[in-house]
Amino acid sequence: MGQYVARRLLQAIPMLFLISVVLFFLVNIAPGGPLAGYSQSRHINPERAEMLKRQFGLDKPLPLQYLIWLIGNDWMKVDADGDGIAESYGQRKGILRGDFGFSFQTRRPALEEIADRLPNTIYLMGVTLAVVAVLAIPIGVISAVKQYSAFDIVVTTFSFVGQAIPEFWLGLILILIFYATLNNPFTGEPLLPAGGMQTLGAEFSIWDRIRHLILPVTTGMVGWVAWYSRFLRSGMLDVLHMDYIRTARAKGLSERVVLYRHALKNAIIPLVTIFALDLPYIFAGSLYVELLFSWPGMGRLYYQAATRRDYPVLLAILIIEAGVIIISNLIADILYAYLDPRIRYDRAR
Amino acid sequence: MREENHLTRPPESITSMVWRRFRRHPGALAGLIVLSILVLGVALIPLSPYDPDISNIPDRLQPPSREHPFGTDPLGRDLFTRVFYGGRISLSVGLMVVAITLFIGVPVGAISGYFGGWVDNVLMRITDAFLCLPSLLVLILLSAILREVELPLLHQNSVVTISLVIGLLSWMPVARLVRASFLAIREQEFVLAAQSVGASDLRIIVRHILPNAAGPIIVESTLEMAYAIMEESGLSFLGFGIQPPTPSWGNLLGDAQQHMTKYPWVAIFPGLMIFLTIIAINYVGDGLRDALDPFKILKRIGEV
Repeated sequence: MGQYVARRLLQAIPMLFLISVVLFFLVNIAPGGPLAGYSQSRHINPERAEMLKRQFGLDKPLPLQYLIWLIGNDWMKVDADGDGIAESYGQRKGILRGDFGFSFQTRRPALEEIADRLPNTIYLMGVTLAVVAVLAIPIGVISAVKQYSAFDIVVTTFSFVGQAIPEFWLGLILILIFYATLNNPFTGEPLLPAGGMQTLGAEFSIWDRIRHLILPVTTGMVGWVAWYSRFLRSGMLDVLHMDYIRTARAKGLSERVVLYRHALKNAIIPLVTIFALDLPYIFAGSLYVELLFSWPGMGRLYYQAATRRDYPVLLAILIIEAGVIIISNLIADILYAYLDPRIRYDRAR
Repeated sequence: MREENHLTRPPESITSMVWRRFRRHPGALAGLIVLSILVLGVALIPLSPYDPDISNIPDRLQPPSREHPFGTDPLGRDLFTRVFYGGRISLSVGLMVVAITLFIGVPVGAISGYFGGWVDNVLMRITDAFLCLPSLLVLILLSAILREVELPLLHQNSVVTISLVIGLLSWMPVARLVRASFLAIREQEFVLAAQSVGASDLRIIVRHILPNAAGPIIVESTLEMAYAIMEESGLSFLGFGIQPPTPSWGNLLGDAQQHMTKYPWVAIFPGLMIFLTIIAINYVGDGLRDALDPFKILKRIGEV
């Protein structure tokens, strides 16, 4: 197992390298290059643009630029004042040493921007996924046990609806109903807030926090509940026909123990791996939810960086997210092997 | 009874059997009807008395009425007309993305599964690399870049540009599926038979294996189509997709955000169209999955 993990981690390195090359070149062949975003936020004349190019090292060939982006330029002389003469050693450390450059927009390190937003996204996604688990597991189990019952038909229909409803539209409709239309009968204010993490300027209160979570969490969870409960339902249907379930019933175990201890334990294995594959969302967040509900998280940061062409921030988020995806894939495979002893990686080649 | 019929009557053709099985799925049939109405609607929308692009300020933000079934937008344009013109965009993107994913995914999967070895290894590592890209984020990056580019065909996020970008990031499931089918089918005896009479690899792949792998590919294509329509709408909603004044369901919804609290119809109808289209496609896909199940088909024909 340890060997397997080590090999997979080693395989991840060339993969990340390949992805980083592709993403870096994509950003740099963009019209106007990375400076387009910079000059968009500040008006500058052509001479000053040339100077900036030299200062940022954009006059160098692309492969060298990539190398600098990767390992930094503190080992080479650079033209820090843009006069055409390389006179001092560079300051950049490169992404391999955790230096993702500075945001064009705020002039702060890209990593700091991310560190500011990440907790908010993890908070929202954590609550969302907890609600998803609490809803999807019983729904999946019950609709499998009562296959073709009225409950099952409703659930199956809902799973089609939930997967077809666009998140951005669902959010708009919820805002329309609970913010724009319905009012709190006592205060006359909108029933639920439609933006932010808490009431601005108000003191911290858990109830206020929860009220701000209701609409974003509902918007974000519907597709997930639909997909997970459908997945678990088919997993349970497979398991319920197994001999060991019949054995468990024959032993006289209560139906509850049979379903939740014996059947669910086996049916949930594929769901756990699917869940591991969804882990990257906890880092990247849901773009639509964060935008609709003005949630100061990663999705919104990425959107703002894309509209303002803030390339250092864009690249930082993309690379880290790609890394998170690779690690999640690995976790999914390991979990699968760990939870299902029938799978042995040592034997499979 | 069935055996007797099979002996006394010529066996049913696959097409008619698939259709018979498909018809038995009420959701699939309903989905097919919804899609047919949609196709008819986008084909006939030029007959509408309103122009989709010319503004008519005195009529702005009218609620739904007999003259304007979906109401009018902030520039007084008939929303029904604009929504159905938007449907042209969505359906075109959906079909083009399916074509692109098949164009890339089928050869990659077929070569990988048929030849195996190092070719398979290289192609599958490339597929893995694409699967590790955060697709929505890369989509946004690419469209943000291409929005500024003026190239023939690719100018300012046309339908072609958006379809290419989405297609380039969504062919991987097709490749994996085709590879898996090829791995299973190439072991069958009829492939060995074809090889032994000297059929070329290309001929075996195209004439012998591919038709047998068609069922899952068709089902996967419906999923890809739904996915593509959703992605295009999302991109356009964010402002990175189809650019106004060309209406698309996504950018209609994006524009609706400012006005929807007072004039909810501007937000309701475009989203409802996305939802209905996606759910219809998914039900059709589900019906096709049942109808094209190869094991059930063989059983019907009496070969198993």
